[in-house]
Amino acid sequence: MEPLRKTEKDIHPMDDLLRMDRIPHIWCPGCGIGTAVTAFAAGLAKAEIDLTKTCIVSGIGCTGRVAGYVKLDSFHTTHGRAIAFATGIQVANPDLKVIVFSGDGDLISIGGNHFIHAARRNINMLVICVNNFIYAMTGGQVAPTTPLATYATTSPFGCVEPPFNIPYLADSSGAVYVARWTALHVRRLTNSIAEALKKPGFSVIEVISPCAMYYSRINRLGDGLDMMKFYHDNTEIRHGEDTKNLDIGFQTKIIVGKFVDRERPTYMDSYNKWLSGTKKD
Amino acid sequence: MKTNLKAVLTGTHTLSGNEAFIEGAFAAGCRFLAAYPIMPAIETIERYLKRSAEVGATFIQMEDEISALAAVIGASWTGKKSMTVTSGPGFSNMMEHLGLGVMLETPCVIVDVQQSGPSLGIPTRAGQGDMMQARWGSHGDYEVITLSPSSPQEMFDFTIKAFNFSEKYRTPVIIMSDEYVAHKKEKVIIPRADEIKITPRRYFKGQKDKYLPFKRDKDFVPRMVDIGDGYKFHVTGLTHDDKGYPIMLEECQEYNVHPILWKIRNDTEKIIEFQEIGTKDAEIVIVYYGATSGAASKAIKQARDLGIKVGSLKLDTVWPFPDKKITELAEKVKAFVVPEINYGQIVSEVERCSYGNANVVFVSHGENGIDNTEDIVSAIKLALNEEKIKKGIIEYQSQTGRV
Amino acid sequence: MKYWEKPFGKEKPKVPNGEIHILKERCKGCGFCVEYCPKDVLEMSDEFNTKGYHPPKIMNEEDCVNCGLCETICPEFAIWCTLKEEVALEN
Repeated sequence: MEPLRKTEKDIHPMDDLLRMDRIPHIWCPGCGIGTAVTAFAAGLAKAEIDLTKTCIVSGIGCTGRVAGYVKLDSFHTTHGRAIAFATGIQVANPDLKVIVFSGDGDLISIGGNHFIHAARRNINMLVICVNNFIYAMTGGQVAPTTPLATYATTSPFGCVEPPFNIPYLADSSGAVYVARWTALHVRRLTNSIAEALKKPGFSVIEVISPCAMYYSRINRLGDGLDMMKFYHDNTEIRHGEDTKNLDIGFQTKIIVGKFVDRERPTYMDSYNKWLSGTKKD
Repeated sequence: MKTNLKAVLTGTHTLSGNEAFIEGAFAAGCRFLAAYPIMPAIETIERYLKRSAEVGATFIQMEDEISALAAVIGASWTGKKSMTVTSGPGFSNMMEHLGLGVMLETPCVIVDVQQSGPSLGIPTRAGQGDMMQARWGSHGDYEVITLSPSSPQEMFDFTIKAFNFSEKYRTPVIIMSDEYVAHKKEKVIIPRADEIKITPRRYFKGQKDKYLPFKRDKDFVPRMVDIGDGYKFHVTGLTHDDKGYPIMLEECQEYNVHPILWKIRNDTEKIIEFQEIGTKDAEIVIVYYGATSGAASKAIKQARDLGIKVGSLKLDTVWPFPDKKITELAEKVKAFVVPEINYGQIVSEVERCSYGNANVVFVSHGENGIDNTEDIVSAIKLALNEEKIKKGIIEYQSQTGRV
Repeated sequence: MKYWEKPFGKEKPKVPNGEIHILKERCKGCGFCVEYCPKDVLEMSDEFNTKGYHPPKIMNEEDCVNCGLCETICPEFAIWCTLKEEVALEN
């Protein structure tokens, strides 16, 4: 990958893609969300899409703050409703490329219904779901992605609920592009984001990210760097893997890669087809 | 915006309230509807889809009412006038995003075709039980403009008015229809397109990097831009500054929320509309709105025939509430009679605004539906015989008996 | 003499050499760049920034190959590298 280049000193090459008046951001040291945002900014630059026709919507939570740091038309909406909000934008103005950047609790728990329905309709949007296995902003509660037997503040004896497998959920709901990377796979993540940005339809990229403050502290996994080292040793790239096999347990092997890449008419394709049919009558 | 001639069905039609609403919305320039099907609001969606191809309007059926209003707020930021329709249970779902619409200061229109409640209630019978929810349902402080039509013709007129208010004040506007108005078929006169006054959206015109989404004009209303115009703005539902950046300070709460309330409170005189008939010499004034209008006007006629001096105040705008008008009338009249299809909502506002200067008699239509003229007449008689200056609401006990 | 094909080894492959820029005040000391720099150019320093974190310091900048991994993995937008020169490989 060619990094973004600018030669002026003291100006980060991504500064023009970010709201620099808001940096430093709120994320803790060792958190992977910042890395996901960097990869996203690099992916935006790499995809060479029209940034004025691109907008980003976030829900609430740690990852929900992303919209506030990216210099696009950006919306920070209510808990879980980012996809619903983005659906409105996309359908009202199909020329826009909408990106939903939010967390696992936001998108899969409270926004789970919107997630599966947007995937079913194949709304043209890119969903980047940062999965840190926990509700971090509220202090480390069980999320729908928390692996079995993992400790959290609301599961002091270990989580008793089986977690969602996000790629499988997206795949079975009808997403056209599904990938999973960790915060360590920055280049592949960047390439994946650039690729998905150009793909019409509902694309989902799951980014597994270390939560140094809650997930790893409650479970005694060290700091953010230790979690990154864990990803380094325990991830395996398997492109095209059946999404059924992508469950993540507590400190088990994580399979990453691009799992789904298919074609399906988007909601607006079908809608316009219906509309043009009506006009002929 | 170009006027789409097909959008305005000029002429005289026989339309139900639901259909008249859609015609009003198209005439006002609405081009986006996101909704979730619910009785008794469903005919609106059907009418919309029947006409959407020729008007060039977009529809999406969302997975629930929460997402429907979220989508409407999102769509409104693309520059399309947007709306959603729902009924009682769905309206409860929408409360979350009513607050977001207020905080993001997004123009949009919500129609609540009221049914009985609480919970599922009777989906096929009229109710007026959502009046307080419209005002107070979402958490935090907000002001909302709420119109209450009583006939299909008013439904058409008020819809245009609602879109104009929403654009003028950058706020969600709610139309409190009900099952009775929604299904009542009446003559609706739709004027020519050039006779319909439409308030255009007030856009920011300036340098791309100078746009502040919440920088207020003198009238407290900020200017808007559309997504995709290159302004790269940020808006948030958190308490924010002019730039739209979240700031977690009490001072900012005051700076942010105060103008959101006062942009409407300062302008209540311009917003509030009511129809006042025969209140000059009246001893009793009937305060009513929406579906009770029919029974109320019949009762007024009967009471006048009996020689009682009855005036009437029909509220077109329910929120903001016409406090001053009620206070002013309370000093002159002996009593107010308030018929409602609920167990007491707007009547408490009337009682509040009368400051004990006039009796307030409440007629609940709970058991008799909308057509209980007799009860209203009896309540007028009761109000006439009651001793003056009695604080609190006098509840009229229906003669037909309550279970 | 005209070559129809470039003979192997005629042109020496060039290795880019990067210049690393660090905005120390943005750093929160997570250590990602230090750990994952493929050339081990960086090292945690003992100095503090105003937030009290230890930013990385550059140990041997001549080893930097301008790969940009530090730039992408940094969660704080605090480090990046630019191309200084391209050095031809010897032998």
